Amino acid sequence: MLTLNVNGKLHQVDVEPDMPLLWVLRDHLGLPGTKYGCGVGVCGSCTVQVDGAAVRSCAMPASAAAGRKVVTIEGLGKGGVHRLQQAWIEHEVPQCGYCQTGMIMSAAALLEKKPDPTDAEIDQALSNLCRCGSYSRVREAIHAVAGQPPSADAAKKG
Amino acid sequence: MKIGRREFLKASVALGGGLALEFSFPLAARAGAGLPPVEVNAWVVIHPDDRVVVRIARSEMGQGTYTALAQLVAEELDCDWARVSSEFASPNEHIRRKRIWGSMSTGGSQGVRSSQDYVRRAGAAARVMLINAAAARWKVPAAECAAERGVISHGPSRRRLRYGEVAAEAAKLEPPKDVVLRDPKDWKIAGKPMHRFDIPDKVMGKPVFAVDVVLPGMLHASLAQCPVFGGRLKSVDAATAEKMRGVKKVVREADFVAVIADSWWRADQALKALKIEWDAGANGGASTASIMAMLRDGLADPKLPQARKLGDAGAALAAAAKVIEAEYSSPYLNHATMEPQTCTAWLKPEGFLEVWTATQNGEASLAAAAETAGLPPEKVEVHKMMLGGGFGRRGGPQDFVRQGVMIAKAMPGTPVKMMWSRAEDMQHGFYRPASVVRMKAGVDAAGNLVALQTRIACPSILKVLMPDALNKEGIDFSAVRTFSDMPYTVPHQQVDYAMRNGHVPVGFWRAPGQQNAFYRECFIDELAIAAGRDPLEYRLAMLKPGDKNRLVLEAAAKAAGWGTPLPAGVHRGLAVADGFGSFAAMVAEVSVSARGEVKVRRIVVAIDSGYVVNPDTCRAQAESNVVFGLGSILYQENTVKDGRITESNFHDFRLPQMSEMPRVETLLVPSGGFWGGHGEPAILPLTPAVCNAIFAATGKRIRSLPLTHHDLSRA
Repeated sequence: MLTLNVNGKLHQVDVEPDMPLLWVLRDHLGLPGTKYGCGVGVCGSCTVQVDGAAVRSCAMPASAAAGRKVVTIEGLGKGGVHRLQQAWIEHEVPQCGYCQTGMIMSAAALLEKKPDPTDAEIDQALSNLCRCGSYSRVREAIHAVAGQPPSADAAKKG
Repeated sequence: MKIGRREFLKASVALGGGLALEFSFPLAARAGAGLPPVEVNAWVVIHPDDRVVVRIARSEMGQGTYTALAQLVAEELDCDWARVSSEFASPNEHIRRKRIWGSMSTGGSQGVRSSQDYVRRAGAAARVMLINAAAARWKVPAAECAAERGVISHGPSRRRLRYGEVAAEAAKLEPPKDVVLRDPKDWKIAGKPMHRFDIPDKVMGKPVFAVDVVLPGMLHASLAQCPVFGGRLKSVDAATAEKMRGVKKVVREADFVAVIADSWWRADQALKALKIEWDAGANGGASTASIMAMLRDGLADPKLPQARKLGDAGAALAAAAKVIEAEYSSPYLNHATMEPQTCTAWLKPEGFLEVWTATQNGEASLAAAAETAGLPPEKVEVHKMMLGGGFGRRGGPQDFVRQGVMIAKAMPGTPVKMMWSRAEDMQHGFYRPASVVRMKAGVDAAGNLVALQTRIACPSILKVLMPDALNKEGIDFSAVRTFSDMPYTVPHQQVDYAMRNGHVPVGFWRAPGQQNAFYRECFIDELAIAAGRDPLEYRLAMLKPGDKNRLVLEAAAKAAGWGTPLPAGVHRGLAVADGFGSFAAMVAEVSVSARGEVKVRRIVVAIDSGYVVNPDTCRAQAESNVVFGLGSILYQENTVKDGRITESNFHDFRLPQMSEMPRVETLLVPSGGFWGGHGEPAILPLTPAVCNAIFAATGKRIRSLPLTHHDLSRA
């Protein structure tokens, strides 16, 4: 049994310690917003936050997440719509949308560290892959919320 | 987010019990305690509270059809856009109602352009029926009534009724025989950058994709297919795998093995523990080199069918002042949708099969599922989920649906969600065909092109997926396009087609045949340079006045500042091509570092699609085409060794990253009078525009891709 803190809730899960966090989230905790894309930590579709840092959940064994704070796309807005999610909607960022939850989780982790990132900093921090070509709109949406105080995070309940 | 849509989403998620299968629940269930919604016609459903639901037959893979078609219906219906939402039409109902929604196929950039006429008519017909119902209730002539934004009014008596109040009566009326459609210049909803309906759910991480389906007691499957196309399963030792945690069953089929378990990871771990022996069959020795040799052999065939013959190219070449020749080639390419192929199937005890999948053609999925299950189509439902990318992979081939149903047949009564690993997806595609093309140009003393002879060796997509669509000479239009319908006024043209298929399955990869635009437009550039002429002027001289290729070329060149000075180290290239109903021209600005690294800095693209239903979505598609094509220029290829695809994941089949995204400036220049697509046209001029810019930067002519095979460094 592993105890995982996901989106502020404690979960007891009976899984192998080496099961990647991604599959615990998707198949055992019913949190399908985190996606499988490559399984080898390259594409970033599975990005979640672990203790505030963007992590590829397909490459992190569940046991390594035990005792740490995991946040997924479902918990990012703390029950509401996170300001990045709002910006993503306003700027019509996604196309197919499959990689976008990972993209948003990476962007949220970046803004925690750098509230007003430059394009170069965004490019460096967001190594997530998008097959549809949302990149310029991702940048636009991040710039649109950059500099806003973090208190805006849960301001828009929805 | 619009209020109406938000309420709708909340309601649907709540009713779905967390499954969010909002598309699969009957409308009556969604209406809650109030009166049921009314189907005014197959496309238009109106709730008593005036919410309008538009049924969408095409699939949504990020291209925006799910919203754009609703815009067209709502435009003619003249309702309040804030109260409009979409839902997918049910493929099962489609079959039972004699294909009432027309085509469900979503490819060839046809989603909007091939549905626009009948969906607009449906919206207009519903409006007329609503007006007639109100007029009947008021006992006044319908001609005295008008409808606007969801309200019918009778001028003389100043009475008003909302659509929701008369929808039930309207549904009982005879549909009008003919309707008048709005002139696009009067559009209020269509033609505007409305927010896409599918975005909020996607951004919130709601379970809208096929891989997100959760059903009671559902199991998961991972599979391994014979790595050599056409090979068979010889034997499987499952002793270890069967004892692994969570494993329920090992399924053995002719060319794949699947493991069913209680989570996908456990199924995949057990799959890796299987000892599988494959019989590679006849193709175990094939390689990229043997395939290229096969294609070149096709070019040498003296008896090839001709896809175009104008004048006498042979004689004109013999008489030409100068003959210029070049050979170009392209590799196989995987679609690499971010969501791997997936299908959930549930064979129910009452003899009904339910399927949840990411498909570009719900009707084709239903047919494949029914055939595999041995059930009549009426006993099958396909729940169309949002696609995590399509690009042509999920339309013609329904291999994933057949596999999903085969796996579910091994577990009757239990839903099983099958998903391919990335490696399976990379190695079992229906690839963009590899091809080799030889072009021979005869030019006059001024360098003008007078004769163009083109020989194309390319596997046929139609032969694999739609053999009936080959013409009587056996020519596949997707293999010869851009040459067979070239707009340049060259008096002598000949296009020969060598169909050489090989064993690698080929399919419709975004803008099928787009490699021909690379060949043609780079070769035209070669001819312009050889003649000492400007590539823009050279092309314009061969385009008739009024040709829309000419108009987009001029628009792109003007916006990009063609001929004006550039910053040091930045170089331009241009190209034009038409296809998928539209015309696209592009100017690329590129720099090449001393080490030979190519950076595409700016793309200016002009597109004439006749009409534009959602300009923001069209711009997004242009950006999408640029990134999709950029990967194929820079580093993507699928190579073959020992009969199998070598690449296995995104480390050896790279996708461009954020840092590689150029600035894309899209000019929408709709000239009216025709309906063109947006999902594919912008990729056509991309590769040649970039490669022509690379030539301008380095003097090196790129005649094969990807660029990883070329050394562009300055020695």
